[in-house]
Amino acid sequence: MSTALLEARQLRVTVGERTVVECLDLKAGAGERVAILGRNGAGKSTLLSTLAGLRKPASGQVLLGGEDAARISPRQAALQRAWLGQFQNDPFASTVLETALTGRHPHLGRWDWESSRDAALARSALQAVGLDGLEQRQIRTLSGGERQRLAIATLLTQAPPLYLLDEPLSHLDLNHQMAVLELFSGAARDCGAAVLMVLHDPALAHRFCDHALLVFGDGRTETGAVDAILTAKKLSGLYGYGLRQLEDGGHRCFIPE
Amino acid sequence: MPTRRRAFLILATLMLLALASFWTALAAGSIAVEAGDVLSALLGQPAPGADVVLQLRLPRALAAFACGGLLALAGALMQVLLRNPLADPYILGISGGAGVGALFAMLLGLPALGIDGLAFAGALGAMLLVFGLAHGDGSWTQTRLLLTGVIVAAGCGALVALMLALAPEDRLRGMLFWLMGDLAQAADAWPPLLALATALALAMPFARELNLLARGLIQAQALGVAVSRLRYAVYLLASLATAAAVTTAGSIGFVGLVVPHLLRLATGNDQRLLLPASVLAGGSLLLLADTLARTLIAPQQLPVGVLTALIGVPIFLFLLSRQPK
Repeated sequence: MSTALLEARQLRVTVGERTVVECLDLKAGAGERVAILGRNGAGKSTLLSTLAGLRKPASGQVLLGGEDAARISPRQAALQRAWLGQFQNDPFASTVLETALTGRHPHLGRWDWESSRDAALARSALQAVGLDGLEQRQIRTLSGGERQRLAIATLLTQAPPLYLLDEPLSHLDLNHQMAVLELFSGAARDCGAAVLMVLHDPALAHRFCDHALLVFGDGRTETGAVDAILTAKKLSGLYGYGLRQLEDGGHRCFIPE
Repeated sequence: MPTRRRAFLILATLMLLALASFWTALAAGSIAVEAGDVLSALLGQPAPGADVVLQLRLPRALAAFACGGLLALAGALMQVLLRNPLADPYILGISGGAGVGALFAMLLGLPALGIDGLAFAGALGAMLLVFGLAHGDGSWTQTRLLLTGVIVAAGCGALVALMLALAPEDRLRGMLFWLMGDLAQAADAWPPLLALATALALAMPFARELNLLARGLIQAQALGVAVSRLRYAVYLLASLATAAAVTTAGSIGFVGLVVPHLLRLATGNDQRLLLPASVLAGGSLLLLADTLARTLIAPQQLPVGVLTALIGVPIFLFLLSRQPK
């Protein structure tokens, strides 16, 4: 068995004085997709950026590709994992293609300029998210959904083995939500990528992920295979709202009561 | 897509602009020197007006170019550091601190060296004060840094106004000229030139990382930039570049804000091109402005800061109006 792409050992994550995650052990190997669910403010994003090595854990360890995230250089980490944040803001003008090309940064040497191969990678990433033809557009003129897809294209250009996605579906219409989830499922299946994503729809989590991690916000977490974890009972407890579960052709769906 | 070739062409064009500015600066003045004679003088051959060119105009031209380059470079760096296209080298109070130091020295009647020394000390003092206050809890976010800088600058402004109010009549003119920026006192061009070369050499290896920093701290970190180290370095570098320029020529406004902004409108926001281009364009702008300042109503000299604004504003407005939406 090869080393896990991401591993958390006895991880404790705090926001200010509040402990949001305690004693978390987590492993994600090649081809695995993990959904992270929880209420607003439960600490999902904080946990995700800690797992990305962008934030120091209060205690415990995060291993990226088997190496302690606190010890590897930012560049090494960037070759190992990509992180999608919730907010994109752009104080300076830039084109769509230039923005997608920033994903190549960790692959380039100090004095290198982006080569035509890098540009080809960026273009195919833009095509994968349906932004082909917009290469020369200014990012400020993009809609919210287009900007989100551009951020995803930048991650694809970065092309790491591990993806950490904070609400990858925000601003996306139904069609693009499915396309993005298919895209990352494809990356997991065909390229052996591991994908962790914060999702708000348990039905999509059940359909597109293998494991789920529930974050309760008071330090407790629960993790396991989606079939066992994403049930009406557990989710009602998680969200504090009654849910009814329906099964249809292998897909699970949840309806608020 | 940014390419080396495009960057090279743009820089070559700006290099020609810089050479043309030097040519004008060396030839123009109360004693007009022929273009051919300027060249002979520079090559060390005897020519009419050679002394004027070599002894008077060349040091001043070099100092003007160096200060313009330093200010534009510092402006470009500050805009990235604060992620705000409206930031300028003075926004964090560096020139305010230098102003307090310089005016205090003038009030005491110190010689030129004392004025430069206290101006530099004031600039460093403001830099450390802003950093200390903004960094207090370890966060030093852009907003906190910006607010601290603006407040310290305002405090320095009040001290400057106080000293102007207390100053005796005969020193007032010198003080006002210092505040508006004045290259007449810039005797030695080597310190600012050296500072410019060092600052550019230190900034260039990190240019692509600065591109990412401009897009956001955490995004840059996620893409492999050692963000906190880079921000310390940029703050230090931009502050010292500003301090070097202000010490040499007083607080010349406008160059540091407008030159990087103007180039960004014209060529895009790639620091690998923007930083050296800012140095060349900023240097040329200040050099031309200074040439006009000493020739327009010669023998009287105008404060160069007024002219940088008078040249820069129309160009800037023109570019802004034809920027693609």
